[in-house]
Amino acid sequence: MLESYVPIFVMIAGGVIFGVVMVKLNEWFGPHRPNDEKLSTYESGMEPIRSARERFSVKFYMVAMLFILFDIEVVFLYPWAVSFKQLGLGGFVTMAVFIFVLFLGYFYVWRKGALEWD
Amino acid sequence: MFSYTPLIVLFPLLGFLVLGLFGSRIKNEKLLGILGSGTVGLSFLVAVTLFVQMLGMHPEERKHVVDLFTWISAFTGTSSSLSVSVAYQVDQLSILMTLIVTGVGFLIHVYSIGYMHGDPGFWRFFAYLNLFIFAMLNLVLADNFVLMFLGWEGVGLCSYLLIGFWHDRKFEVGGYKPGTSTTSDAAKKAFIVNRIGDFGFLLAMFLIFVNFGSLNFDAVFGRASVVSEGNSAMVWIGLLLFLGATGKSAQIPLFVWLPDAMAGPTPVSALIHAATMVTAGVYMVARCSVLYALAPTALHVMAIVGALTAIMAATIALVQNDIKKVLAYSTVSQLGYMFLAMGVAAFSAGIFHVLTHAFFKALLFLGSGAVIHAMHDEQDIQKMGGLKHQLPTTYKTFLIGAIAIAGIPPFAGFFSKDEILWRAFSSEYGSIGLWAIGVIGAALTAFYMFRLVSLTFEGEKRYGQDLHPHEAPKTMTIPLIILAVLSIVGGFVGIPASLFGGNSIEQWLEPIFAPAYEKLRMEPHPVEITEYLLMLLSVCVAGAGIYCARVVYLRRSKLADSWKAKYPGTYRFLFNKYYVDEMYDTVIVAPTVKVSEGFLWKGIDVKVIDGIVNGSAKLVGMLADVIRRVQTGIAQQYATIFVGGILLLLIWLIVQ
Amino acid sequence: MGITFSDITSSAPLVSLVLFSFLTLIVESWGKDKPVLSYWVSLLGVGVSLALSFGHLGAGIPVFGGMLLQGGFAGYCNLIFLSSAFLTILLSRGYLERMECHRGEFYILILFSTVGMMLMAGALNLITVFLGIELMSVSLYVLAGFMRKKVRSNESALKYFLLGAFATGFLLYGIALIYGTSGTTDLVAISKLFPQLSHNPIFLVGCGLLVVAFSFKIAAVPFHMWAPDVYEGAPTTVSGFMSTGAKAAAFATFLLVFVRVFDIAGTSLSQVIAVIAAASMIVGNVTAVAQTNVKRMLAYSSIAHAGYMLSGIAAANVEGETGILFYLLAYTFVNVGAFGIVSIMERQDDKKLNFEDYEGLSARRPALAVLMTIFMFSLAGIPPFAGFFGKYYVFLAAVKANLTWLAILGVLTSLISVYYYLRLVVLMYFREGDADLDHSVPRRSMIALAIAAISIVVLGLYPSLIVDLTRSFFKI
Repeated sequence: MLESYVPIFVMIAGGVIFGVVMVKLNEWFGPHRPNDEKLSTYESGMEPIRSARERFSVKFYMVAMLFILFDIEVVFLYPWAVSFKQLGLGGFVTMAVFIFVLFLGYFYVWRKGALEWD
Repeated sequence: MFSYTPLIVLFPLLGFLVLGLFGSRIKNEKLLGILGSGTVGLSFLVAVTLFVQMLGMHPEERKHVVDLFTWISAFTGTSSSLSVSVAYQVDQLSILMTLIVTGVGFLIHVYSIGYMHGDPGFWRFFAYLNLFIFAMLNLVLADNFVLMFLGWEGVGLCSYLLIGFWHDRKFEVGGYKPGTSTTSDAAKKAFIVNRIGDFGFLLAMFLIFVNFGSLNFDAVFGRASVVSEGNSAMVWIGLLLFLGATGKSAQIPLFVWLPDAMAGPTPVSALIHAATMVTAGVYMVARCSVLYALAPTALHVMAIVGALTAIMAATIALVQNDIKKVLAYSTVSQLGYMFLAMGVAAFSAGIFHVLTHAFFKALLFLGSGAVIHAMHDEQDIQKMGGLKHQLPTTYKTFLIGAIAIAGIPPFAGFFSKDEILWRAFSSEYGSIGLWAIGVIGAALTAFYMFRLVSLTFEGEKRYGQDLHPHEAPKTMTIPLIILAVLSIVGGFVGIPASLFGGNSIEQWLEPIFAPAYEKLRMEPHPVEITEYLLMLLSVCVAGAGIYCARVVYLRRSKLADSWKAKYPGTYRFLFNKYYVDEMYDTVIVAPTVKVSEGFLWKGIDVKVIDGIVNGSAKLVGMLADVIRRVQTGIAQQYATIFVGGILLLLIWLIVQ
Repeated sequence: MGITFSDITSSAPLVSLVLFSFLTLIVESWGKDKPVLSYWVSLLGVGVSLALSFGHLGAGIPVFGGMLLQGGFAGYCNLIFLSSAFLTILLSRGYLERMECHRGEFYILILFSTVGMMLMAGALNLITVFLGIELMSVSLYVLAGFMRKKVRSNESALKYFLLGAFATGFLLYGIALIYGTSGTTDLVAISKLFPQLSHNPIFLVGCGLLVVAFSFKIAAVPFHMWAPDVYEGAPTTVSGFMSTGAKAAAFATFLLVFVRVFDIAGTSLSQVIAVIAAASMIVGNVTAVAQTNVKRMLAYSSIAHAGYMLSGIAAANVEGETGILFYLLAYTFVNVGAFGIVSIMERQDDKKLNFEDYEGLSARRPALAVLMTIFMFSLAGIPPFAGFFGKYYVFLAAVKANLTWLAILGVLTSLISVYYYLRLVVLMYFREGDADLDHSVPRRSMIALAIAAISIVVLGLYPSLIVDLTRSFFKI
């Protein structure tokens, strides 16, 4: 049974070896002449002026989190849509319940003011 | 109808709960009294209805078990599974005991309303009494040993609480230095002495479980009928159960607590230490008659101990001066008769005596209570005399009680005592020696009872001029009258065949004891001429005792003092109760205290046990300190330990 | 595979609780800042579900296409979770109001996590197990950090979340390995394959990882490290809820998977669990001795109790199962009650949580002192309180399964535990002190504590009430 995994192990091993070898080769052959300019952060040509470790407003996280939540849930609609005909009425009812629960969450978020920016 | 059985037990419990929880807030004594005695009265009514129904039934239908719920279950699935139910068994024996407990109990409750009038602990007293009735009913109605033991311990607890009811009053307790002890010492003594007996009961229960694989009466007695004779375990069970009985029913060697139990209020002495609780041992032996049938040796021991107790207590009672102490020793003596009956396999005669004794001894105690009440807590009969004019009702009822206990026909005591004496003589397990001791005891009984009557009620008054005794209130006299009537007619339920009676109590109890009689191969006796002769003899002896007492204490009152002077050794020996308390003190108590203090406490306890305890505590503390260091509060470390745990676990699983 | 109407009716307690949690959510979002309304709705929801559960104690029925078991075993476990939730809700309102963080979300989260627990106790499929555990845990993560202005509470939530997520990873990996070797996630199907699979190392590793994940949830050594910190930081009533409801749910799944479905008696899995049990007893009890904070002491004590109960699982027999089921119910009442009293004693900013703050409590608050004494006696396993019989049954099970050493260790470590439980009693009764409250205890809290205490006494006097019931569930 374990034999069937051999190709996968070979693949993984090949990948790791290839990656390590490439990086090491680069390090070995490439010239090393560092100076301040070279070691500074590359910011699309902008002058880096402050630390990048700053506190962001929690609002960003809020929106991002809610987006991810509803985004992922909505993904479930795709497989359902594809097999809509096979699932029939039962599938429709189940999905309606699912959407209802999703909507409850949305309602809560909305009423609690999580969607308001100010 | 049988389904109402739990009500009998429930009412006193409710009474206890209500009185115990809210009693202190109820200021009205009348209401408290009605609550306290009403619950017992209700139980009595239920029991009477049940009894009447049972009378109309076929003897085989008279037994019924009401299973309420499973209380403990363990070892299920094995051959000896322990399943203990709270279940009440009504049969001919237990209904009889229930009637005694609730009936006499009710009368004593009513009496207590008058007796305890004005006491600050009035509600507490009734709460305890109700609890006692509840426990006692559990004892007699239980259908297994464990529930019976619960009741057994429960009545012991109530006895303790009630003996020490006036816990800071001075009371001379045997075995203590004079003037140093209080009623709570008497309570403690009763409790501790009973513990020894309870230990025997417990061991017997263990042995029963080991041998029969159950603690349920039906199962044990059913399996007992197939046990072969001469099984030594049966003898041990019988003897250990009897040890339990000697504690509760105050027999040699554990009788010492009962006289000191008189420290309690007099209704308590009447209810617990005369009519009901102390007969629990007799009831238990009767209940286990089948087991005793397998161990005739235990029966012999019981008969001898009973006879010796009967005569020893009677001799002590001859010289006591405290009215309640005389009655206490009388109780011990009468209980001895009951065990004598049990020991000669006359089980129904013993139970019959329990019944009549409950009537006349409760009567005598309540009468003495009325006297004490009238005399403002004076209990010394040397300081009484001539009270029959001031306390006419008490005197008449007390006299009836005294005649009944002396064994003069047709009063109740005659029939039951004579039955016992006849059986002691005629039974296969009796002997002429046992009978002779019984007859001498009967003579002494008649003597000391009439000494008591003469000194208390007759002759000249010997109390101070400032005392004006008066008759007790109605709540106290009415129970006295009822009990007096019962002491007269109570014996008619057991008129023997020789006196052309049907001995209905024996017939009633017959199905209970039939298996035991069968095992013992007892044949019913035909009426013999000897029976009449012996009956006549015992009546004569009793009459002689009465006559002597009246002569000595009324007509020639110098005689008693001259005897006292002539035989000072004997007198002191009897007055000091054979020095049993002192003997126990030197042989058991003092060495125990010495060993406990010197060796067990200062040696073993302080050095060894404390050393081990402190040492292990130190070890645990050190270990805790180490483990605590691991708990750093850093989540990464927690995860590391987590992974370590997983690795160990998986390695174990794979290596295995 | 479709959902039938009988599926819904058979799982009425679960369905009704789900609907009520939705209702609470709606109520909470509709009427802003009216947490009292959520309190009542959630209390009603738990009450209704509790009432329905009593009707579902008969034979267990698989529902939803064999994904879930309802009735019987699951019905009994629901009683435990719902009692825990009910008492927690009652006790929390006054506490949260005093701590100035009374919000309706608290109750919603309690309901959601209870739904998760109910799913766990009825799981007949590893997917349902996972679903239930996550639903319960995610709600609990938030509950642990419910006092969001308190650093300790935040720390508690974060630690619980991080380590919980870690454990979930192992759970999933275990499920994957079991699926890989057996080809199914259906527990009944796996149980049929168990005899031949039990020698397959990959399957065993999968089972071992499940043991790890469950041990994490019940806080057994060495997967217990989170418990003291989390219990200490979380709102006190939540600690009570976590140590009872959540623990009971994890034990229910543990039992379901390892005793009912896989018969692990006598296998190496049973040995591993016995070792975990022993380690939990020792570490929990020994460390509890050194604590000065009552909440932390209760946390270690809860580790120790997990150890006692695990010995019932290691025994994997009828006695073990009935013992654990009895133990869980008793422990739920005891611990919710004990944490409830701690929550009443507690002041703002973690004040009055130490042992010495209980000195002389009996003089001023006799009722609280009596209740706490009952809880401590029960925890110590002193008869006639329910805790005694719980221990008795699980140790009996261990002896019957030839794990006598475990039972002896259990008794010895229980002896250690008497020290720290009774220490509190001694402080309350025999020390002079001025322990008192500066607020009045709401009646609903006292009712909850009284329910807990009465249940303990009743269960202690009449254990066969539960034991006979639970014995009837054995084998689905």
